[in-house]
Amino acid sequence: MKIKSQRDFWSGLMFIVVGVAFAWGATAYSFGQSARPGPGYFPFGLGIILAILGALVLFKALTIETEGGEPVGSFAWKPLFVILGAVVLFGLLLPWLGLVITLPLLIFISSMAGDEFHWGEALVNSAILTVGSWFIFVYGLGLTIPMWPTIFGAGN
Amino acid sequence: MDLLNNLALGFGVALSLQNLAYAFFGALLGTLIGVLPGLGPVATIAMLLPSIYALDATPALIMLAGIYYGAQYGGSTTAILINVPGESSSVVTAIDGYQMARQGRAGAALAAAGLGSFFAGSVATLIVAAFAPPLTELAFKFGPAEYFSLMVLGLIGAVVLASGSLLKAIAMIILGLLIGQINTDVISGTPRYSFDIPELTDGIGFVAIAMGVFGFGEIIANLGRPAEHREVFTKDVKGLWPTRQDFQDAWPAVLRGTGLGSLLGVLPGGGALLASFASYTMEKKIAGDKGRFGKGDIRGVAGPESANNAGAQTSFIPMLTLGIPPNAVMALMVGAMTIKGIQPGPQVMTSNPQLFWGLIASMWIGNFMLIILNLPLIGIWIKLLTVPYRFLYPAILAFCCIGLYTLNNNNFDVFIAALFGIVGYVFYKLHCEPAPLLLGFILGPMMEENLRRALLLSRGDWSTFLTRPLSAGLLIAAALMVVVVLMPTIRKKRQEAFQEED
Repeated sequence: MKIKSQRDFWSGLMFIVVGVAFAWGATAYSFGQSARPGPGYFPFGLGIILAILGALVLFKALTIETEGGEPVGSFAWKPLFVILGAVVLFGLLLPWLGLVITLPLLIFISSMAGDEFHWGEALVNSAILTVGSWFIFVYGLGLTIPMWPTIFGAGN
Repeated sequence: MDLLNNLALGFGVALSLQNLAYAFFGALLGTLIGVLPGLGPVATIAMLLPSIYALDATPALIMLAGIYYGAQYGGSTTAILINVPGESSSVVTAIDGYQMARQGRAGAALAAAGLGSFFAGSVATLIVAAFAPPLTELAFKFGPAEYFSLMVLGLIGAVVLASGSLLKAIAMIILGLLIGQINTDVISGTPRYSFDIPELTDGIGFVAIAMGVFGFGEIIANLGRPAEHREVFTKDVKGLWPTRQDFQDAWPAVLRGTGLGSLLGVLPGGGALLASFASYTMEKKIAGDKGRFGKGDIRGVAGPESANNAGAQTSFIPMLTLGIPPNAVMALMVGAMTIKGIQPGPQVMTSNPQLFWGLIASMWIGNFMLIILNLPLIGIWIKLLTVPYRFLYPAILAFCCIGLYTLNNNNFDVFIAALFGIVGYVFYKLHCEPAPLLLGFILGPMMEENLRRALLLSRGDWSTFLTRPLSAGLLIAAALMVVVVLMPTIRKKRQEAFQEED
């Protein structure tokens, strides 16, 4: 058996796995009866439907011929890790270090994800966006965001 | 003369200085993001949702609506000038608009698009005002079974028009519905799929999902692609006004586009995209051999642009009257209403008349602002296109992250969004469309509640969905939609129509 469409093969597999996982998880909750459906009723049914749809997608991927096999293509690992890493770091550090340090850090690190990266530009961009964000979100909209590192004792 | 009274009330609200300012800001921002390819209204509205906590409901919704129709305008500007449709609905505009620009007639094309859109927007606003009240009356006759069937119809309608595989789109809806199940069960109070994480018992915020999938996921996808080379025609934009001949050609196309767009916008899943495709096809058919379609025919710009604007406007009808979003932007609007403590649905018109009619009136005002904004400011919009992506995406990230943190003053949503960034990128690689997922996610809890209430009422008899006439009609309509799409000839047409989008 040869895979005719790589994309659909993996999509189908993903739907089956997620569907089965949700349906299996739903068995932990009371199912009820049709007349009095419990909390597990709806997710169990949906999980089964998703798994069936996934199986259909998988079946199509194995039977119907496509042009060039529809490959998934290479993953852009660098942007994926750099961007999401910068975001996670932002989430972790913001409560401790405040916006003044974490936001430039986020902007600077994420700038490295692209093909063109210049130190000077990234620094200027960080500075402008941090001041701009403070102006819009903190000054303009009055949102409470930790601004300074907590070690300075300033809190918010 | 209810209509006039209601409109007067609406204009009273919309013309207040504060609301005018928000309408203007929304329209401006919408045009801005419409001009910038890769940043759509869905991502922008998701980005702005946290900030509306600080606003009243009416100005907040007026601003979000402004972003939505502003984006339709802005998208057409880049489609005409540089052949890059800023929005999916202006894809067909690029075909003839860009050809006109290459012949030095960019001014005429932009004016036709702008004036056509304004006309269509004005008519559609009246249609919304006239048809919303009777539909609302109908909505009060709906029981849980009808609501459930209507949501099925809405979800099916949304995927029938999705560009890729129908099967995968339906699977994405179900996936969205399932993600919506991560919450505390409303009826029994049981936390579901929370893995003992307290934040998960309230469910995943849809802002986090939308930002992760549409914001982060798309940035990663964009960075993974080699940079495109663009050809810009900035210097050629002169002589803004179309000739007399242009006017004669364009106005019937505008009329037809408005009619078609208004109709298609109301249908669940319809809206701007389908309207512009349908209008282009129709204009091409009507013109026959005499048309110069594909070589710079003004009708190919005026028709679809009027249609997509009319459709964008009338797609507010199902959202306002039934609380059921026909597309992803409307889903976010429903979310915004919920954030402001307004339960979307037929009762909005009676419980919040200020909001309801104010929003409708602001649509017309917003359209008026857009035409003032767009025609003289075209030069500035073009300049914006020269901002390199390497400056743009860190800014998007920064705004998203700040927004996510301020949602609950907690970094949990930041992490959830990062997770959905990976998910979004996987979807992109596998060609699974994320918009149906978001619709399913929004409707999931509502659907479950109505399904379970309907089953309780019928004592577990599933046939209740088919024996109640309204509910049966809605389900039959949903089934018909699937059948029609699966018919071989239509199937081929649908593929052709979406091919141009890729």
